[in-house]
Amino acid sequence: MTFELAERVQTVPPSGIRRFFEIAEERDDVISLGVGEPDFSTPWTARDAAIASLEQGKTSYTANRGKRELREAIADYAADRFALGYGPAEEIIVTAGASEAVDLAFRAFVDPGDTVAIAQPSYISYEPGVIFAGGEPLAVPTREEDEFRLTVDALETAGAADAEMLVLCYPNNPTGAIMREEDLEPIAEFAREHDLIVLSDEIYAELTYEGEHTSIATLPGMRERTIVFNGFSKAHAMTGLRLGYALGPADAIGAMNKIHQYTMLSAPTTAQYAALEALDSCDDEVREMIDQYDRRRRFVLSRFREIGMNVFEAKGAFYCFPEVPEGFTAEEFAEDVLREQGVAVVPGDVFGAGGDGHLRVSYATGLPELREAMNRIEAFVDEHA
Amino acid sequence: MSEREVLELLRENARYSTADIARMTDLEETEVEAVIEELESAGVVRGYKAVVDWDKLEDETVRAEVELNVELDRETGYGDIAERLARFPQVKALRLVSGDYDFDMEVEGDSIREVSMFVSEKVAPVPEITQTVTHYVMTSYKEQGIELGDGDEDDRLSFSP
Repeated sequence: MTFELAERVQTVPPSGIRRFFEIAEERDDVISLGVGEPDFSTPWTARDAAIASLEQGKTSYTANRGKRELREAIADYAADRFALGYGPAEEIIVTAGASEAVDLAFRAFVDPGDTVAIAQPSYISYEPGVIFAGGEPLAVPTREEDEFRLTVDALETAGAADAEMLVLCYPNNPTGAIMREEDLEPIAEFAREHDLIVLSDEIYAELTYEGEHTSIATLPGMRERTIVFNGFSKAHAMTGLRLGYALGPADAIGAMNKIHQYTMLSAPTTAQYAALEALDSCDDEVREMIDQYDRRRRFVLSRFREIGMNVFEAKGAFYCFPEVPEGFTAEEFAEDVLREQGVAVVPGDVFGAGGDGHLRVSYATGLPELREAMNRIEAFVDEHA
Repeated sequence: MSEREVLELLRENARYSTADIARMTDLEETEVEAVIEELESAGVVRGYKAVVDWDKLEDETVRAEVELNVELDRETGYGDIAERLARFPQVKALRLVSGDYDFDMEVEGDSIREVSMFVSEKVAPVPEITQTVTHYVMTSYKEQGIELGDGDEDDRLSFSP
């Protein structure tokens, strides 16, 4: 017998970066700028807390929503860092990575046929997540001329006024774009006017290099219609520990918890202990990592300019988003530079509308490797462009 | 502020080119050169050296940490003793410390015998020195902020979302 896939699973194409894995495997000297995860290890004190929790046999399920102490620590952190006021009892849920939280929100609030507007280019899992929930994704392209910020014009042109939900990801993966308060205000007004639920993925909020991160949930009338996502993967270098969370009004978080308790039960307990420690005592390590990313960001941006490739001035996350030289598609460039020079970058197309003609270049890699990778890209461009 | 940032980068890797430092700090290359020159001439930056993992070399190099106790008299201060000891090329580092002993001295030589001879014949006879305790370095795991050994393999996926 063969398994006949559910239609909504069939309609989702395989990941656009899968093919590149195979090419990368053919070579043994690949420098990867294709990774969306820190090259730092989880701060030691957080690892120690995880180890200690195992030694003490703390290996049971926790409360579905996550350990109460952790939710309290998250509430304090979100309030102090981003002026987000949420109660630990009912307005916070701890999940297995921010990705699970986003998925829960799609499943909790998207009915079959509902339209979900997604500001693109963006993280590759939103569209499939909407489809798996039975909804219809609507791409809202952002443009380099607007510094890859979402505009009301783009929302109107795409027809987002009729959508049920809007997904934002700022600081943005893959562009590195950020949205300031003045950029978010008209978007908030649009959401209120058209009664949209807003999912705001702020996993890169700590990695904002100029100015302070503003959450759309802090704008007037937005708290009641927004779910904010964050987690420990990026700023606390805990990708493999899989720990994220969502903040939102009690009824919304309650709905997400309903799905979470039947599927995941609770987020990994060991990771919750690590996260608690990370919030409690790892500010210095986080600051140091952010400083390092900032230096690498400047280095990479400056090298792309020297090479003569037009590059957007990324101000957040750990990606930059250069344009490929004329005569190449992003996919061709990414494939050829991987084959010929052994540098792995991701073509912008895989991140959706507006990403074509660009590359996502991650600088979550040590400076010596970055320097060598940029030299190789320069050699490639000199030869072909 | 830029001075501090340049200094941090030089401490991270003294071989960063001025062009690289300029890129990372948003300064002009000429500004970076000027900052470094200033740091050097003010004596803040005293030199540039390689951090070596001696265990990786075939040649034997022996290092020891030597604890020194001294007894001062009216004419002799810590500075005088330090000045005398610091002149020896075998002494790689010398610090006055608080606690059970007075000086912490790092000594390097080609063999255990050479280091022992140096301590017994050159250091111990200094009149103010009352006691020496020599600890030979067996393995070094971290030097000047740099972890030695093979380091962690980067086993991240070459692509991830």
